[in-house]
Amino acid sequence: MAMSIPSFHNGEPIPLATVPYLPVREFRAEIVSAVRTGFALTALFGMPGENGRVQLFGVLADSTAGSLSALRAEVNEAYPCLTVECPQAHWFEREIAEQWEIEPQGHPWLKPIRFHPPYRSSGIAQPPLPGATEFFKVDGDEVHEVAVGPVHAGIIEPGHFRFQCHGERVFHLEVSLGYQHRGIEAALVGGPNKRTIHLIETLSGDSTIGHATAYCEAIEALSETAVPARAQVLRGVALELERLANHIGDLGALAGDVGYLPTAAYCGRLRGDFLNLTAALCGSRFGRGMVRPGGVLFDVDAKLAIELSRRLDKALKEVANATRLMWDAPSVQARFEDTGAISARTCEALGLVGPAARACGIERDIRLDFPSGVFRFAQVPISKWDTGDVFARAWVRWLEIQRSAVFVREQLASLPQGRSLATVGPLMPSHLVVSLTEGWRGEIAHVAIIDGRGRLSRYKVVDPSFRNWMGLAIALRNQQISDFPLCNKSFSLSYCGHDL
Amino acid sequence: MSSLLITRLRQGKRTLPFPDGEPNLPDRFRGLPAIDASRCPPGCNTCVVACPTDAIAINGSLEIDLGRCLFCPECANACPEGTIRFSREYRLATSNRSDLVLNERQTLTLAHRLAGDLHRILGRSLKLRQVSAGGCNGCEADVNVLNTVVFDLARFGIQFVASPRHADGLLVTGPVTRNMHLALEKTYAAVPEPKIVIAVGACAISGGPFRDHPEVLNGAGHVVPVDLFIPGCPPHPITVLDGLLRLIGRIENPATRSELQ
Repeated sequence: MAMSIPSFHNGEPIPLATVPYLPVREFRAEIVSAVRTGFALTALFGMPGENGRVQLFGVLADSTAGSLSALRAEVNEAYPCLTVECPQAHWFEREIAEQWEIEPQGHPWLKPIRFHPPYRSSGIAQPPLPGATEFFKVDGDEVHEVAVGPVHAGIIEPGHFRFQCHGERVFHLEVSLGYQHRGIEAALVGGPNKRTIHLIETLSGDSTIGHATAYCEAIEALSETAVPARAQVLRGVALELERLANHIGDLGALAGDVGYLPTAAYCGRLRGDFLNLTAALCGSRFGRGMVRPGGVLFDVDAKLAIELSRRLDKALKEVANATRLMWDAPSVQARFEDTGAISARTCEALGLVGPAARACGIERDIRLDFPSGVFRFAQVPISKWDTGDVFARAWVRWLEIQRSAVFVREQLASLPQGRSLATVGPLMPSHLVVSLTEGWRGEIAHVAIIDGRGRLSRYKVVDPSFRNWMGLAIALRNQQISDFPLCNKSFSLSYCGHDL
Repeated sequence: MSSLLITRLRQGKRTLPFPDGEPNLPDRFRGLPAIDASRCPPGCNTCVVACPTDAIAINGSLEIDLGRCLFCPECANACPEGTIRFSREYRLATSNRSDLVLNERQTLTLAHRLAGDLHRILGRSLKLRQVSAGGCNGCEADVNVLNTVVFDLARFGIQFVASPRHADGLLVTGPVTRNMHLALEKTYAAVPEPKIVIAVGACAISGGPFRDHPEVLNGAGHVVPVDLFIPGCPPHPITVLDGLLRLIGRIENPATRSELQ
């Protein structure tokens, strides 16, 4: 990385003026070379520039140094794409093209990802109907195509999946989303206002605490708010409870997808026990109302802390008991092992995050690499496995369940004294902050850019699902089409978190 | 095999006694808001200003639209007088959209069972197709949970099915995004007559936190006729179950019962 590009930390606001403007050619070269040396492309997005032009922002993360860097370039109609040299940019560049009508020239598969009218519109082109585009097609006498969705079996969000198959074997899967697009990023501009935190909490409902924490840490950094230690610990507890509930639910659902009903039934119930712990904390099973700028709205007294620990211990024993059946069942393991495997190399090239990346043996966890809040003082050991298959993604979850439970227990036993909510002042004008949180699906990245009047001029949200949908598509190659539900659940991605 | 049986014994029977017993709700549960407008100082509109979805209005007296309410703590926290507090009342489902708008003098008119033929046809076997139309997966998750052993929805003859062709009705979540508009219409059209629609959550009833975004249609009622409204963000599973059981007549209001007699 060139010396002229300043580095900063997760949750450290920097004056917008210090983000260097580079000619597009250098902007590209910096990103490509940084990613080649192991940096992750955390975000790549546009926002309005001067004279109707568009500013492209790139955020790079160096996990070995724990530092971030940001750079920008101005473009108008087109620029040479990054994707060919940096596959991590693939989805980001499709998003930029759709939002700003900027063409990343030479992009190998330039299609809309959310099917909405552009933010900077010439007003001429109407977006196509969702899913009504060309799909990658494999030709051949015995090749057939399978189309699924948007409304599909089960209580699940809508998405469209297009398979190119030879018999049962999947040559290629293309994922087409956008059905859940609610226009959240556009609605956040001009804020924060009274609705902002509620839009953040519903970016992806099962990650309420994760997204709310990322948002609040951004706002607190920009307002130089000192968040009480007690609030930071309670946020950490809520974040790990969210991870526990979802991981346990996923293990049950994975068992269900291979027809192993005992673990499916027990974990389905036990997930609820963990959601109920979050409800004991704040009244909502999804953590609504818990995390607010300045701290948390609900405190925990000594009695509740003991009660939560007791219920956690009991439920965790039952989870161990319920999942042990599945780990010991050869019929389950035969279906998990070697199914939907991706290599560490592919994983790094695509920039996958969360348990999906750690299941490829990659040590990547915001709680350790870019810690914020309580994770600066208390560490959760990294959980990984290296086979990259459904088994690895399941097993990493089980390791994380155990380690999160230890963390929650320890934190509840040693809650710092003091307040749990601080007052938040105005935001520093003309600043930028990058806020990262390790949600249960992986890295949640928020980038807030504040205008000269202290309002949000751009709020970029990168849900872990945005990074990982391509991983699912690649994992399906050469698999049986009947393994799609199993592979899909092993990634367990959010549709609305992607669609925003 | 023995470990399976031992585990089965250890895990025990976990199905809730509902509707015969009272559900075990968390202490901090936020249910039906209770209003005591006598405490309101003249001219005060703190709660109106605090509400993120404009669910509170002052029309002569304080009025809350449960169809818009996120059951978040903002109004109760903002109110200096303690006028609004959230009770532990979990029964919230109504048959009419207008029944969800409450002032302090009104009690909530809970949903009545399906009328006439519909009750005869669907009352003992109701198959639903779930459509998420921009939902954040909160409502979806807490509807899905009704299939677990805790709630065991199937014991009431209610099941979620994989195809609208097999369904008697739709259960819609989400504000209905423009991108799901056509899919919702087509799914509704694919359900054979007679059919019903259930709107679950603030989004499906009013657009929720996304109300008036250009990308959403402010709820299912703008696309399909709705027979049951279950408010919340998301509603607690027991609130959803209570609503469904009222619809099929497994739980009846005392008032409804006397009318029938």
